[in-house]
Amino acid sequence: MTVATETTTGAVPSPSEEDVIVVNKMNKWYGNFHVLRDIDLTVRKGERIVICGPSGSGKSTLIRTMNRLETYQTGEITVDGILLGDDVKNIEAVRREVCMVFQHFNLFPHMTVLENLTLAPIWVRKMPKKEANDLAMHYLERVRIAEQAHKYPGQLSGGQQQRVAIARSLCMQPKIMLFDEPTSALDPEMVKEVLDVMVELAKEGMTMLCVTHEMGFAKEVADRVIFMDAGQIIEMAGPHEFFDNPKSERTKLFLSQILSH
Amino acid sequence: MSDNAKSPPLPTGTFAERAVSWSKKNLFDGWFNSILTIGAIAFLLWLIPPIIEWGIVNATLEPTIEGCKEVSGACWGFVNANLRLILFGTYPYDEQWRPLLAMIILMGIICGSLGAVKYPGLRKAIIPMWVIGVPVIAILMWGGVLGLTYVQNSYWGGLPLTLILSSIGVIFAFPFGLLLALGRQSHMPAIKTMSVVYIEVIRGVPLITVLFMASVMFPLFLPDGVTIDKLLRAQIGIILFTAAYLAEVFRGGLQAVPRGQFEAGDSLALSYWQSMRLIILPQALRLVIPPTVNSFISMFKDTTLVVIIGLFDFLGTVKLALRSDPAWTKYYVEGYAFAAAIFFLICFSMAKYSAYLEKELRKGERR
Repeated sequence: MTVATETTTGAVPSPSEEDVIVVNKMNKWYGNFHVLRDIDLTVRKGERIVICGPSGSGKSTLIRTMNRLETYQTGEITVDGILLGDDVKNIEAVRREVCMVFQHFNLFPHMTVLENLTLAPIWVRKMPKKEANDLAMHYLERVRIAEQAHKYPGQLSGGQQQRVAIARSLCMQPKIMLFDEPTSALDPEMVKEVLDVMVELAKEGMTMLCVTHEMGFAKEVADRVIFMDAGQIIEMAGPHEFFDNPKSERTKLFLSQILSH
Repeated sequence: MSDNAKSPPLPTGTFAERAVSWSKKNLFDGWFNSILTIGAIAFLLWLIPPIIEWGIVNATLEPTIEGCKEVSGACWGFVNANLRLILFGTYPYDEQWRPLLAMIILMGIICGSLGAVKYPGLRKAIIPMWVIGVPVIAILMWGGVLGLTYVQNSYWGGLPLTLILSSIGVIFAFPFGLLLALGRQSHMPAIKTMSVVYIEVIRGVPLITVLFMASVMFPLFLPDGVTIDKLLRAQIGIILFTAAYLAEVFRGGLQAVPRGQFEAGDSLALSYWQSMRLIILPQALRLVIPPTVNSFISMFKDTTLVVIIGLFDFLGTVKLALRSDPAWTKYYVEGYAFAAAIFFLICFSMAKYSAYLEKELRKGERR
């Protein structure tokens, strides 16, 4: 893993740390539509990266390639030392270490909260049921929702559902967590309870890639902020530099639009 | 009509007063509803009394032709006299306790399996019940061991045959239909094409054709000396036919499960089959309970078509009884009415169970 990291600027962690995601000259097309163009990105262990950009810029698609919810056509992605290609074994190995939190939660509506959490530990990690339950209750307490363990997702508020979804991912004890606009589908008064959980996670050293427009969150926890437009990484910098001194015109325009209200 | 929105008034006054207010609200709410109510009552008055008169008042159970000739109503004596022929067909008369017992065991296993929704304790017993029950039923029907005389399956008939054909049909058509539905959604072109071609070809021909092909054409392709039993061929024909219809029902359910559910399963590193079994199918199948049961009801009635390849199902044995003595032939209305009543009873039970199942499975997750 000696891929060049000179494209990164700003608050780069010390080079001795391990690279957990390496994206190298990656391109993706939907038919003739070039969704991702020559993406180069290296993520180190424990790094918190926020990705923003206008809708249709390819930011969600980018993080979805990192656990192979989306394929790519050229270049390569290596996650935790495993090359993500067509090999099903590799894909499953990567998915065991990388969890995703979705915009629309995607909890399983036919299972209780507790069953949602223990499903993957039991079937993927082959954990005994008792142990999986203890683990699930531990994480439910961490996202402050343990008393809802035996309810069904449909009985919870959006904010509670998203916290359950985060706990469900944590139960897999992943090395990397991907967040795909985790607060976009929430009512405004519920955004904070979810962001609080994410900030705690960030402070505990979880490697996180987060697509979000919550710039307060980006300022508070991000090591690097990435701005994407039209399938390209336009700008990548530490949060201070990114917000106070953006270099590209497109970034300035975008920031003025989302920070103005 | 739109009174549901208001809170219902507390029942006050005498029974008669309440009855009047109820009927004003529900039956005579406006001139249009009043006309419908009066029309419906008139229709029922015209229809019901003659049926009761024919079917009960003037009817007889006397199992002789003479007894039937004396009455102006229904001759249930025909059913009474031929009951065992109608129920068991040409199965040897002295051995008919065997299909009766087999039928009772089969119904018991079916009720036990269906009851597992209500009594979770039964869930673990479902597979043992079938694993033990099916061979017991086979031994009872065929015999040839344990001192039971051997009965060729060409002598099987009547209600046991109908029940066996349809329950075995359900058991095998269900998983096969599921595989076809998954195959049709597969990313692998060969599997997808095979599934699509199979479903479209089978759906495109009538069941009679499938049965004819199974009974007449299929043996022509087999080498000399190799024969496959006629009953087995009919059973396979029914399974293949029903599976194609079920596949399309299941596909509808699979398509109704949101994309995000598949993605959540993938991102938790569940394998394809784990995702399907634990996440997708429980949701998809629950959505398609009504059309699935619809297919089963349809299949249950379609088993009557096996009569064209010389098997006597329940409807076939009624015809057999009508032909058994020329004197009985004119009582075909009673014969078919009896068959219709039994078919209705079974189909209606299936429909009721389907409604119950839907309600029961929705209990936990109010939205």
